[in-house]
Amino acid sequence: MTMPFYVAPEQVMKDRAEYAQKGIARGRSLVAGVYDSGILIVAENPSRSLHKVSEIYDRIAFAGVGKYNEFDQLRVAGVRHADTKGFAYSREDVDARSLANLYAQYLGTVFTHEMKPLEVEILVAEIGEAGEGDQLYHISYDGTVTDEDRFAVLGGETETISERFESAYVDGWDLGQALRAAVSALAGPDRQLGPGDLEVAVLARAEGRRAFRRIVNEELAEALGA
Amino acid sequence: MGLPLFPPGDDPGPSFAALVRRTPAQSPSQPGPPRAPYAPAAPSPPEPVRHGTTVAALRYAEGVVMAGDRRATEGNLIAHRGIEKVFPADRHSAVAIAGAAGPAIEMVKLFQTQLEHYEKVEGVALSLEGKANQLGQMVREHLPMAMQGLAVVPLFAGYDLRRGSGRIFTYDVTGGHYEEADHGATGSGGRDARTTIKLGWTPGLSRDAAIELAVRALYEAADEDSATGGPDLVRGIFPVVATVTADGYDRVGDVEVAERFATLVARHDRGPRP
Repeated sequence: MTMPFYVAPEQVMKDRAEYAQKGIARGRSLVAGVYDSGILIVAENPSRSLHKVSEIYDRIAFAGVGKYNEFDQLRVAGVRHADTKGFAYSREDVDARSLANLYAQYLGTVFTHEMKPLEVEILVAEIGEAGEGDQLYHISYDGTVTDEDRFAVLGGETETISERFESAYVDGWDLGQALRAAVSALAGPDRQLGPGDLEVAVLARAEGRRAFRRIVNEELAEALGA
Repeated sequence: MGLPLFPPGDDPGPSFAALVRRTPAQSPSQPGPPRAPYAPAAPSPPEPVRHGTTVAALRYAEGVVMAGDRRATEGNLIAHRGIEKVFPADRHSAVAIAGAAGPAIEMVKLFQTQLEHYEKVEGVALSLEGKANQLGQMVREHLPMAMQGLAVVPLFAGYDLRRGSGRIFTYDVTGGHYEEADHGATGSGGRDARTTIKLGWTPGLSRDAAIELAVRALYEAADEDSATGGPDLVRGIFPVVATVTADGYDRVGDVEVAERFATLVARHDRGPRP
């Protein structure tokens, strides 16, 4: 009878984490930050149809980096969770915190129990009423949830992008300023990102019930150019 | 409760009704089958049930106008004076209901959620035809209840972004839906409303003229049908009037509707009889 080799649990976890991190770092990064009238999410994404950023519910948005099929499955699950909850109770009862916890539970379970961890990092954002209570939940591949105050960076090279974005960050800036800072943080000093390389969406308080809106085409080019 | 994830073979896709059936714990009142078995056909429910009444829609130059009265009745009693029967289905369509109020409002809620759910899951909104079809399926699923006297007959109208015009669909209890050329109405006062619109309708009506015609149709229906409420000047309750155009659903303010009624009443007013 052959005995399986003993592998220390620390080693197993380390290997899995490395595997997931490698997968995530291969993809392009994403920046989300608050501005004076909402939350801005900017992803480096050359595709027009395979979205990294999408709507979950009235005031909640989802963003993911890493493997597309894996985070898209999570996105659809989030929409389903939010819609069934809003249908059974009330629209006001749907909140980002409980959704973030569900994602965290699921990612944590997959990380420890399954063959392969999910190679994704996701963000759940919710805007509050009139500047109060904007929430950004950053959930990593192992289920760790971080509640960010002002901005979150997902994907590879998060540290350098965070530094660049933080140094440009101004409290209460407007959408244009925030967008340009996010784009230059993503691009770095040596690259230039145009409207065709970006996916931009906002959760804006002015939008009414469904706060999510994509910024595309001319509007995006204009906002970047100004 | 965990995250609603499904194996590929059992995935409900973009259908919200199918999703709710798979996650019954979420919903205290799950729509669609399976329903409780019902007793052999009683001709009508034993207790009077709230009914909604006259709703009408008509096309005009920029889109469609939809209007509905505010009265709900229970047998010969007035159950509610301010009930609403016209709802936004999504950004570019509206749905109005006639029939048993409870299941009708539930159906509207399910329909609204379904349209938004589809749009979010698939990333694009359903076509107007697709929306009309979805509503038809919901009415058909409701048929057993309709046979017990709890019929729900909606009216659906919207702005078709692909064609660039307003469109109206009427329904029957079996879920059959029929596109109307210019106008449609349903409910107990629907016939009177339809006649009024038919007489006053011309192609390419302006927004003001269309709203006035819709308001007049409701007024005439309320005049002939006891289950349809007219404008309630004492309490300030006026019919719900909404327009759907390329810019989306827009409810006409009560002040504007009140003004329309004021001109209408002034025209009809012949003073006290000698």
